[in-house]
Amino acid sequence: MNWQAISVIYKSEMLRTWNTLLQSIASPVISTCLYFVVFGSAIGSRIETVGAVNGEGGVSYGAFIVPGLMMLSLLTQSISNASFGIYFPKFTGTIYELLSAPISFFEVVLGYVGAAATKSFIIGVIILLTAGFFVDLKIAHPFWMMGFFILTCITFSLFGFIIGIWADSFEKLQLIPLLVITPLVFLGGSFYTIDMLPPLWQKISLFNPVLYLISGFRWSFFEVSDVGHELSLAIVILFLTLCMGIVWWMFKTGYKLRQ
Amino acid sequence: MQPIVSIKNLCKTYKSGHQALKNINLDIQDGEIIALLGPNGAGKTTLISAICGIISTTSGSVTVNGYDTVKQYRKTRGLIGLVPQELTLGAFEKVQSTMAFSRGLFGKKPNTAYLEQLLKDLSLWEKRDAALMMLSGGMKRRVLIGKALAHEPRVLFLDEPTAGVDVELRKDMWKLVSKLRDSGVTIILTTHYIEEAEEIADRVGVINNGELLLVEDKAHLMDKLGRKQLCIELRQSVSEIPDSLSSYQLELSDSGTHLTYTYDVKSTRTGITSLLQAVNAAGLQLKDLQTSQSSLEEIFVNLVSEDQAQ
Ligand SMILES: Nc1ncnc2c1ncn2[C@@H]1O[C@H](COP(=O)(O)OP(=O)(O)OP(=O)(O)O)[C@@H](O)[C@H]1O
Ligand SMILES: [Mg+2]
Repeated sequence: MNWQAISVIYKSEMLRTWNTLLQSIASPVISTCLYFVVFGSAIGSRIETVGAVNGEGGVSYGAFIVPGLMMLSLLTQSISNASFGIYFPKFTGTIYELLSAPISFFEVVLGYVGAAATKSFIIGVIILLTAGFFVDLKIAHPFWMMGFFILTCITFSLFGFIIGIWADSFEKLQLIPLLVITPLVFLGGSFYTIDMLPPLWQKISLFNPVLYLISGFRWSFFEVSDVGHELSLAIVILFLTLCMGIVWWMFKTGYKLRQ
Repeated sequence: MQPIVSIKNLCKTYKSGHQALKNINLDIQDGEIIALLGPNGAGKTTLISAICGIISTTSGSVTVNGYDTVKQYRKTRGLIGLVPQELTLGAFEKVQSTMAFSRGLFGKKPNTAYLEQLLKDLSLWEKRDAALMMLSGGMKRRVLIGKALAHEPRVLFLDEPTAGVDVELRKDMWKLVSKLRDSGVTIILTTHYIEEAEEIADRVGVINNGELLLVEDKAHLMDKLGRKQLCIELRQSVSEIPDSLSSYQLELSDSGTHLTYTYDVKSTRTGITSLLQAVNAAGLQLKDLQTSQSSLEEIFVNLVSEDQAQ
């Protein structure tokens, strides 16, 4: 293993974050605050608690949306960071250095995806802390919560990396996050449980992989979920495996990197 | 001695179907400077990219220090430094940190003393904390050289190192190259400037249309293909060349005042002495004498146009 290389890639990617600190960290904090003001306070105050059984228990709407909000940021941030990180050298041409260095594709992935995942993780923690100012948060299953949290950062950073290699224009780079991820997250129960939907839409929602992610993550907080948390975990791991498979194939074939 | 770089039957066909390298065979000796000359699109960059691992090859093989560049890429790439043709640099990184990055990428532990010396050698020490986008083109070129040298390579590829560089800087670059050679680095450079190859290379390779037309010792090449001309200026013009000089196949200028004698530098007897005596004997008075040698440029242009004609 070329640890030096992994370390310089990781550090330079983290440094890039540091140089754009305001954009990297302030923007998720601000948008989280906005969501809380709009959904948590303005609308949420008119919504009863969610997940109550016979009028007992349940969580306030403000708290209910926290896991979904975190997932929304984790997914978009992981994808945009990782895809930008590898797309930029392709765009400027500095990729020649990565291609001519004594490093394996696996090491390149470790450096770039590791940095993107770290950054998402930090943003997730910041959102969690920000949310703590607005609502009372309890985490019922901390280990499961951390598990979902970290797996999501890694999986979607890997997914972003794949997009970054695939994209050959800035438009394509933004296409998938905009056209695929954002709708899936919004329709995946970030702001509602699916039993609030008409039956047909409940069925359709079950085909949305992000639903499982949010459901499992929310369960780890409040034990309120749309689907079983084991199933959620299985779906995340399945998607992670799929991404690793694609990356491995890209490595084998030199897809879009080595002509 | 085992060559440091050995290229065997190397072919490269791009996905577009364009065959950019056609069966290239070349051995490069440890410590030499070899210049690759060729017109635009000849395949110089493709050849370098194939050796460095930037593109895949279609067939054939390359070894560096005896290691295969595909199967043992970690060993071969660690030995190689590459200065690309384009000024490809990031925007916001600093000069010093981008060089440290390159060193790390090639698996070397940080060495600030070495990088400091390198920055000074490249006259970049004052600019070490400048953002890359703030540098002039010539400075960027030097940063690229610094990045390529940051991991102390044994083989350095310079893809048109002096394109768009002013005369002053070009001379500096030549000095740097010979200094590197003195420290034992093997250098492969491509260039359009023939005087550059003439100035610094030990051997010259000519590429055209993906084919390596020839590789020769520079001096040998000039000897082999170079012709010398002796121009004799006369005091009085003549209307035709005297019969006594016919065996020399002289050319008479239109003005009748210049006689040109072409001779082979290879041959031990150039015939100059006897020619001059014969000129004297014919009653012609000399005003001036001048010799000129065909440059690498003429040799190159001849070679490539011959190749095209075939
Ligand atoms: N990625 C590519 N896909 C298809 N064809 C390519 C590609 N890169 C280069 N070529 C073609 O291969 C040939 C050789 O190109 P190359 O860049 O090696 O030339 P060169 O000798 O370096 O030229 P120059 O002196 O202009 O730099 C050219 O005809 C070029 O159009
Ligand atoms: Mg070129």
